Amino acid sequence: MDVDAILLARIQFAFTFTFHIIFPSFSIGLAAFIATLLVRWRMTGEDHFHRLARFWTKIFAVSFAMGVVSGIVLSYQFGTNWAKFSVVAGNIIGPLLGYEVLTAFFLEATFLGIMLFGWQRVPPNLHVLSAILVAIGTSFSAFWILSANSWMQTPAGFEMKDGIAYPVSWLEIVFNPSFPYRFAHMFTAAYLTTSVVVLSVGARYLVQGRFLEEAKTMVRMGLGMVAILAPLQLVIGDAHGLNTAEHQPVKVAAMEGHWDGSKPGELLLFAWPDEKAEKNHFEVGIPHLASLIITHSYDGLFKGLKDFKAEERPPVLPVFFAFRVMVGVGLLLIAIGFVGTFLWWRRKVFSAQWYLKPLIYAWPLGFIAIVCGWWVTETGRQPYLVYGILKTMDAVSPVAFGAVLTTLILFVLIYTSVFSMGILYINRLIDKGPEGKAIAPEGNASVGARPIAAAQDAARSALGSED
Amino acid sequence: MDTLAYALPLIWAAILATAVTLYVILDGFGLGLGILFHFERRESQRDVIMNTIAPFWDGNQTWLVLGGGGLLAAFPKAYGLVMSGLYIPIIVMLLALVFRGVAFEFRWVAKPRQEFWDLAFSWGAVVATFAQGVVLGGLLQGLSTEGGHFAGGTFDWLTPFSLFCGISLLAGYALLGTTWLIYKTDGDLQEWARDSAKIALLAMLAAMAIVSLWTPYSVPRIAERWFMWPNFLIFAPVPLLSLYAAWRCWQGIENIGKDAEAFLSAVALFLLGFVGLLISNVPYLVPGALTVWESAAAPSSQLFMLVGTLIMLPIILGYTIFVYWTFRGKVRAGEGYH
Repeated sequence: MDVDAILLARIQFAFTFTFHIIFPSFSIGLAAFIATLLVRWRMTGEDHFHRLARFWTKIFAVSFAMGVVSGIVLSYQFGTNWAKFSVVAGNIIGPLLGYEVLTAFFLEATFLGIMLFGWQRVPPNLHVLSAILVAIGTSFSAFWILSANSWMQTPAGFEMKDGIAYPVSWLEIVFNPSFPYRFAHMFTAAYLTTSVVVLSVGARYLVQGRFLEEAKTMVRMGLGMVAILAPLQLVIGDAHGLNTAEHQPVKVAAMEGHWDGSKPGELLLFAWPDEKAEKNHFEVGIPHLASLIITHSYDGLFKGLKDFKAEERPPVLPVFFAFRVMVGVGLLLIAIGFVGTFLWWRRKVFSAQWYLKPLIYAWPLGFIAIVCGWWVTETGRQPYLVYGILKTMDAVSPVAFGAVLTTLILFVLIYTSVFSMGILYINRLIDKGPEGKAIAPEGNASVGARPIAAAQDAARSALGSED
Repeated sequence: MDTLAYALPLIWAAILATAVTLYVILDGFGLGLGILFHFERRESQRDVIMNTIAPFWDGNQTWLVLGGGGLLAAFPKAYGLVMSGLYIPIIVMLLALVFRGVAFEFRWVAKPRQEFWDLAFSWGAVVATFAQGVVLGGLLQGLSTEGGHFAGGTFDWLTPFSLFCGISLLAGYALLGTTWLIYKTDGDLQEWARDSAKIALLAMLAAMAIVSLWTPYSVPRIAERWFMWPNFLIFAPVPLLSLYAAWRCWQGIENIGKDAEAFLSAVALFLLGFVGLLISNVPYLVPGALTVWESAAAPSSQLFMLVGTLIMLPIILGYTIFVYWTFRGKVRAGEGYH
């Protein structure tokens, strides 16, 4: 297969993967948020928790559907685009993905049915339990897929025979060196992302003066989470970075734009890395700060890009800039949490328009950080697909250039149109807001048949049909 | 070959066969409902059709993910070979499933302007079904390989036989869809489903007969398997039982009051077709190219997965049955679960 087809296969995978990651990272946090709302509703009996849960469940359904369909594509793409990867790493990656299907996908997909359609069909406690099971399913899913991805970054617990990886210790494979850090980092990112969306929607209603009770709950819960998780994520990210410095020093060198390993690293606020000249242009940085962060000592040395052969280096530009965007968003979220908490303490948070108005547009921040983070770690692993074992160029399927090009064009057209429609519909649901009657908290919903009129009423409000 | 290396691939082939069968039956009636959208144009009836499956479709489709994931885990070589050899029909199927899947949610939010998602649902189902049939046909006629990797061309799968398999599956899924509607609805819609089911049944029987003759005609290996004495006698119950299932299905369609019978018979018909495929292709996993042993993952990988599967599969089946039980009974107009 020629070089161009490899490039196309990579673009295709990056494209489908980038689109996909948006939805599960939202679902993980949102499922937990809905389950929390439902539990609070059962404990307090306050209607607005129930209205909020129903409202977010509709949004969850739309987002989850997009996650499911884009995820199925990925589970087959390992073969359609990376057939040789499946052969070389299939013994290891296959079972990890298999466990994801068995412990997570069935759980979330099946109980989603009850969560979406069981409001009146099952006793309230069972419905709450279904929501909790969906949330647990999404977490299991994150566990296994991050274990698989981490193994590709820091492979462990295996031996190579005739160019194929064979498992030696499953414990070492699942809990490979970068897994705990990556899992904590991604899981926190998912919760943080959802919290920002919840906070943003709450701010939108407060500014519009609609659904005030629900809006205040959303701002309290969203802001509380952001205030705790954003600083925590800084600490976890730092630990993850140290782990990367240990196992993939060339990735860290690219993230920092650090060429010369014989000098302490500068923390670059901006630069234009030039791979040909092996140096940066237009550097603006703080001397020694990168050394301080990575080695925790002022004059500490860490490897630079020039310590590695050119063909062993990842593309520096995308890694360098994606990392800066991710960290920038992280710092902005810390600021949002800090300022918000201060206003909350001063009892001004629900009326401070200057704070709430920009927040309306803050909802994509978490997604931007997650996508950039994935670009850093995935591009930073290049030229390898499985670090140190299998190069990307050796993993590709024997599929013709024209076929990959055609499907790539189809993916781009279909994904951008379908998923923009999805985001539009989510926005429409948010515009409508948490309306409709709540169900009494003391379970009087009987299993089975119920008066058709009530069902129609519920259906109409849930569907938001105009008639 | 030690016992473990002999038995594990067989066990895994059985598990995957179960997953694929469950997928074909469960998502088969779901896709069948999408095919029926082309013939039932009234919005209220379409709402009901969709609501008969809305709580289940996602779980049903997960069997497809288990099929793909399980193949990668247990038989990585077969996975790589099949996915590259049938690249186009598989990608087309996945993209069609994108439209079909999001339509379940988008259609309701888009109301009253849901026409586009009606089309996405119905054409997504038709294209996905057709592509699945083509994948089956492409597998049956064989993939050209070199050292276990795919060595053929992009359009090798494109033959009259594989296209006919695509059409056949449309008839088959339409039968599952119509009989499911007989089971889950009543009144007008059920009446309509009964009429449509007869056409679908006849179409499916014709398609099954043609595929059953065409396959041995074009693949000598399969002809030998079926028509050698005494194999023919041993395998004779399969076509005979299929005829019996078809007759029971017709009875079920006509008999008012026994609403589940037509669907169950249609499922039996599918199972028998699957048995026929097994007879034709054992011990191949990729027909003519890779046996279950040649393509198996390392025994320790298969064992590790097997432990999880033996624990999880009964649990999964348990809660799947529970959800079907929760949403049992007839679905009526205006009684959307939404």
